[in-house]
Amino acid sequence: MSEELLRIDDLHVSFSTRRGLVEAVRGVTLTVEAGEMLGLVGESGSGKSVTGFATTRLLDSAGRVTGGKILFRGQDITKLRGDDLRQLQGAAMSMIFQNPRAALNPIRAIGLQIADAILTHKRISKDAARAEALELLRAVQIRDPEKRMNAYPHELSGGMCQRVMIAIAISCNPALLIADEPTTGLDVTTQKVVMDLLADIAAARGMATILITHDLGLAARYCRRIAVMEQGRIVEEASPKTLFSTPQHAYTRRLVAASPTATSRIEDLVTAEERERHAAVISKPRQQLAHGTPPLLEVRKLAKRFDQGSAAVADFSMTIAGGESVGLVGESGSGKSTTSRMICRLIDPSEGDIVFDGQSIGHVAARDFHRSRFRKDIQIVFQDPNESLNPRFTAFDCIAHPLMRLDDMRAGSELRQRVEECAERVGLPLDLLPRFPHQLSGGQKARVGIARAIACRPRLLVLDEPTAALDVSVQAVVLQLLDRLRRENDIALLFVSHDLNVVRMLCDRTIVLRNGGIVEQGESRALFDNPKTDYTRKLVEAIPHIETGPALAAAL
Amino acid sequence: MVRAGRRLLSSLPALFGVLVFTFLLMRVLPGDPAVFFASGPNAGKEEIEQIRKQMGLNKSVPEQLVFYLSDIGHGNLGRSMMTGQPVLKDLRERLPASLELTFTALLIALIAAVPLGVVAALRPGSFVDHGVRLFCALGVCVPTFVSGLLLIYVFYYLLGLAPDPTGRIDVFTSLPPQRTGFLSIDFLLAGDIEGWWAACKQLILPAVSMALFVIAPLARITRASMLVSLGSDFVRTARSVGLSWHKVVVTYALRNAILPVITIAGIVFSTMLGANVLVEKVFSWPGVASYALDALLSSDYAPVQGFVLLMASLFVLVNLIVDVCYGIADPRVSIE
Repeated sequence: MSEELLRIDDLHVSFSTRRGLVEAVRGVTLTVEAGEMLGLVGESGSGKSVTGFATTRLLDSAGRVTGGKILFRGQDITKLRGDDLRQLQGAAMSMIFQNPRAALNPIRAIGLQIADAILTHKRISKDAARAEALELLRAVQIRDPEKRMNAYPHELSGGMCQRVMIAIAISCNPALLIADEPTTGLDVTTQKVVMDLLADIAAARGMATILITHDLGLAARYCRRIAVMEQGRIVEEASPKTLFSTPQHAYTRRLVAASPTATSRIEDLVTAEERERHAAVISKPRQQLAHGTPPLLEVRKLAKRFDQGSAAVADFSMTIAGGESVGLVGESGSGKSTTSRMICRLIDPSEGDIVFDGQSIGHVAARDFHRSRFRKDIQIVFQDPNESLNPRFTAFDCIAHPLMRLDDMRAGSELRQRVEECAERVGLPLDLLPRFPHQLSGGQKARVGIARAIACRPRLLVLDEPTAALDVSVQAVVLQLLDRLRRENDIALLFVSHDLNVVRMLCDRTIVLRNGGIVEQGESRALFDNPKTDYTRKLVEAIPHIETGPALAAAL
Repeated sequence: MVRAGRRLLSSLPALFGVLVFTFLLMRVLPGDPAVFFASGPNAGKEEIEQIRKQMGLNKSVPEQLVFYLSDIGHGNLGRSMMTGQPVLKDLRERLPASLELTFTALLIALIAAVPLGVVAALRPGSFVDHGVRLFCALGVCVPTFVSGLLLIYVFYYLLGLAPDPTGRIDVFTSLPPQRTGFLSIDFLLAGDIEGWWAACKQLILPAVSMALFVIAPLARITRASMLVSLGSDFVRTARSVGLSWHKVVVTYALRNAILPVITIAGIVFSTMLGANVLVEKVFSWPGVASYALDALLSSDYAPVQGFVLLMASLFVLVNLIVDVCYGIADPRVSIE
């Protein structure tokens, strides 16, 4: 099985943008053999998706292949046009995309969408195509396929949509499947199911697959060969084992270090020099609280019902001590965001009480809470750094805003000093302060969001998936920053996340939520190493681990 | 159906507001209808007083309002001083003319605008795109009465293709039995092809001059939403499995892009219905808008108020229809 299916030879792709020509791919060379699964990993902007789109000829009109060849079964497909190209697309190679719900036509029944793909390449009747579509739905393990044939994408979950997408992609038995971040945005358990399905189908049909992902662990689990991309080039190509045990390229080393694993600690995520800058803080032991100190936050039997629906959160109780970090994990729909928003007093609970610093705040209406003296003390960092900053505010305004509103500061040198101090604490270069959000990178925006939250020196910081939209290397830096802030200022953290590895590193205690109720809680390490409930075990097992393994570790 | 009913009910307060507002507005406007409708310029004070009394104008404004509202409640929109007929009857006679004209104009506009928008979106920034933009700009910046007069000049005066632009049908044609009130349809139902053709010929020029004015918003919205649609993930999916160009553009992109066009078309329709008074005047079209304008000029309260109420109700109705259409076109919107 060493027949060469695809050979990409010195591929260059450029995009014409307002600021001139941008080279996204600069000389990628790789081969894919029939039936193999190749991992293509890299961070955002590394050119991995562009390589995939160039191969399937789906580049935006602004993008152009400026050099190199893509040979598929010996034929250069960069030169194909019209009907020749259409015969290739779908029938010989197809693609799965990142956001499955958006990738399906929202106003066309999924059965018809699959049948559309079949009818493009096969001369069969509509009924026959429909029957085949039904068969495909069965193949991708969708329950009640007959019923689902007439469903629309919005009636299906994200994981189901991705299965439908897989069904469309494999409908004409292509020889090559390119999966572009197929499970990003899906829950870990769903991710595992979808990836297992994809791997099984690829193996059963002898399809070669290119798995494009930012998740090294995922690539390591499913691929025998991984190519690492950085800035439009492939910097390293090796088997997962060699890649993790003896990474050759500096970038790979950084990437491997930044990928959280079951055993890694926050300190391990960044390189040694980064670590030394804050060594003093990291080594500082946490203050031991005197026994019997009342908790900073106590939540009693919290419940939230949205209109007429069943409870989104029910009977939720927890405590956080000052300076403690607690993780709140669960899959989408488990109610973790709702809970965090109730605790931040952004929405009103239906039942139960929230006690902060000995005072009940659960009954202050959310719309009046900004006048409460505790507003300064409880701050939140939102999930999406892009959407949660006002596009018309500069970074300076974003950070200054809470100071002016909650600390009654006036514009002036004092305010400037406070803002700069905050920026320094989160490691945001001061010359970035006059910039608007769109002029900042994702990591920089995340820092602005954190600086804004800590500006008023809160005692409890609620973090709603603060690193979900960030690359692993940026995530590593942000996590370290959060940990440092906690130690420096004794800020208590409530960390909401679906990424169990991250929670394991950052949080002392972890609470597992499912369908709005607590499934399990306890000290993080114990909970992850030794889950008591099946659900938690399933969650933990679904995390793609980077298996360095004891044998490898010994060999080092 | 229940929801449609509820929607109609919930629009009642707005309709009531419109009623009261128009009523007050008419009272504030200068001009005394009694003077206007007196037998002549020499009519004496007593005569005018007499008319005032007869029209109920001697009562206080709130009292008049109460009478007016109770009349409306009984389905009585009052009597036009101008035509001497009940307003309801006048409106009922003229509304089909306006509706027929507006429907035809909207149809022409959509048939022209959607393909133009699609063509422009397929090649943004190209020669075609700029051509469409120029055409739309011309359509908007030339007022309807100017384009109407130009059309008459070219097609009636110069080329002699169109019949003389007076009314819905020339006076010598015998009218078909009235069924829908839409002449073109009534002729068809009566099996009178010759009459149908005559009615269509009368209809085409005013409809085109109205359509020219609204092609621009429709084409622009089609282009914009088509661009979004073409750049969307699901069109990329469709291309990734090699669907034909026709399937990608029409079934995948256009069907999604048409949704906002439905909304805009509803708004455009409501606007055209009331604002086409100029076209009705130019072509002597016996529609409701020109009727209301005449009434307004002669301080004839009842027809103007009736007209405003009619427009408001139609607006509510059109919006409801748009919502229902939207629900049919987009499965994500539930219409229950």
